[in-house]
Amino acid sequence: MNYFDLTYAFLFLPIVIIIYNIMPKKIRPAILLLASFLFFFMISKFLIIFLLLSIVSIYMGARKMGSLDKKKNELLEVASKEDKKEIKDAYRKKKKSILILVILFNITFLFVFKYLKFFTVNANFLLDCMKVGWRFQILKLIAPIGISFYTLQALSYVIDVYNEKIEADKNFLRVALFLSFFPQIMEGPIARYSETAKSLYERVRVNYHNLCFGYQRILYGFFKKFVIADRLNVVVGKVFENYTCYSGAAIACAIIAYTIMLYMEFSGTMDVVIGTGEIFNVKLPENFRQPFFAKNISEFWTRWHISLGAWFKDYIFYPVSLSKPMKKLTIKARKTLGNHFGPLISGAVALFAVWFLNGLWHGAGWTFLFYGLYQFTLILGGNLLEPFIKTVCIKLKINRQNLVYRILQSVKMTMFVFIGELFFRAPTLAVGFGMLKRLFTKFQLSAITNGELFSLGMDKKDVLIVFLALVFIFIISLLREKKINIRESISKKNVFIRWFIYYAFILAIIIFGAYGPGYIPVDPIYADF
Amino acid sequence: MEKLIEILENLQPDVDYLTTEDLIDGRYLDSLTILSLVAEIEEEFDVEIPTVEIIPSNFNSAKKIYELIERLKEE
Repeated sequence: MNYFDLTYAFLFLPIVIIIYNIMPKKIRPAILLLASFLFFFMISKFLIIFLLLSIVSIYMGARKMGSLDKKKNELLEVASKEDKKEIKDAYRKKKKSILILVILFNITFLFVFKYLKFFTVNANFLLDCMKVGWRFQILKLIAPIGISFYTLQALSYVIDVYNEKIEADKNFLRVALFLSFFPQIMEGPIARYSETAKSLYERVRVNYHNLCFGYQRILYGFFKKFVIADRLNVVVGKVFENYTCYSGAAIACAIIAYTIMLYMEFSGTMDVVIGTGEIFNVKLPENFRQPFFAKNISEFWTRWHISLGAWFKDYIFYPVSLSKPMKKLTIKARKTLGNHFGPLISGAVALFAVWFLNGLWHGAGWTFLFYGLYQFTLILGGNLLEPFIKTVCIKLKINRQNLVYRILQSVKMTMFVFIGELFFRAPTLAVGFGMLKRLFTKFQLSAITNGELFSLGMDKKDVLIVFLALVFIFIISLLREKKINIRESISKKNVFIRWFIYYAFILAIIIFGAYGPGYIPVDPIYADF
Repeated sequence: MEKLIEILENLQPDVDYLTTEDLIDGRYLDSLTILSLVAEIEEEFDVEIPTVEIIPSNFNSAKKIYELIERLKEE
């Protein structure tokens, strides 16, 4: 089962809602937890044991750190000023060893399930190169679905307890629910304990308003997936698997189609996830904020997969760039290199760590590592060139707030995104570079007239449907960007208009959804990460 | 407070630090400027800003930054 299975929205979810509502308030969180475990068991079977181990490890680790904090605070109350620092240092050391233990415990599962094969294959390649007559055995392991998501969420909890940002929760059930809440267990968003744990345990009855708003959001996700993403999947599959048979124009279409498909599939999943949360009055963090309205690639990443970016910023970027040696480096470098380039050195080191790990997080493969380093290069390059571009614009009297300049900036950013997504989807680096080369060397405009573009799996009707659906999504995005709440406006209309809109939307999904012969539904892309 | 405003103006001019209340959310200060700012504050005010304190609510206005410095001094 995945979030786009009709059995999820129209069988599993209604059953959970009914049981949740008829049960006494006290045991409602337990119902959500049981539903979450059942959901995880259905998608990962007995691998649920690893989720349970993660829950127990972070619960126990945090509790231990919490009790150390309590002891430390008792001692600090009666200690002299000179002793305070010593006490703090001693307890920080104790807490750090627990934190490292819990992190290692959780990272080990992630490493074994996701990365062991990649490292073994590459180690064997090196052994072959060195002509060592011995190889590592390659283990075939199936990873628990969502391990990359829930592991980061688990780590954020223990790190926040270590930093005393939050208190260690004594309620095991709440910690377990925070880590395994069924709408977000497969593909995030990677929530923080301080954001969701309280509302997960509020036990509020599902009411009409939440039900309507939640299902509206779920339907919006279905629209993106069934009308757009599934329709584009055929084109993407055909071209990426046999790119040598196609012209540069067809490859360009496939790259654009893949980027749109990925956006629609992942953001559509987030609509279903956040909509489900809304039904239970749980506000899950947004993962997308109109990414293609960004001015540059750096801003794009603050609008696309926001919860992952925020995780890397809080737990990798700042801890690395603001470590003691890096701070010293920043101060020294600022004196010699100035305000712009000074902090760029420590920033670049931290940025490299972020994007290397970001690439690796998406998958154990060279394409993902390349994808991460590509983004790093673009962001660093943008920062390095900024003073130069600024000077040129001043000299040429170009207004950077001018609409034309901003449109050109957006086009440039979108091109960079397309190239990044090409490598993200390509099965190997060689295919990625092969497609890129073909894109420029075999680009024939005749592909538009000779019918090649319509032989990729989408006829004129399909193209028109995707175009109109994208216009619809664009209008919604524009309104969101202007902070206009469309759903609130609809909810204020009278009952006939309201239900007319709902039915029209449902019918649009049924009529224009790409299912049946000739279409291949997109598998949950991010669930594999 | 004057010293803090001076540091901020030196790092990122063209911002009215007395009235702006969305320095982070409005993208006036980016991650790299934050690195310089933290290093400057630590040197100037003799405090240590832990990474856990680097959140928008602590850096969205000069007033908030100053409150953070005062709080860290007391600790």
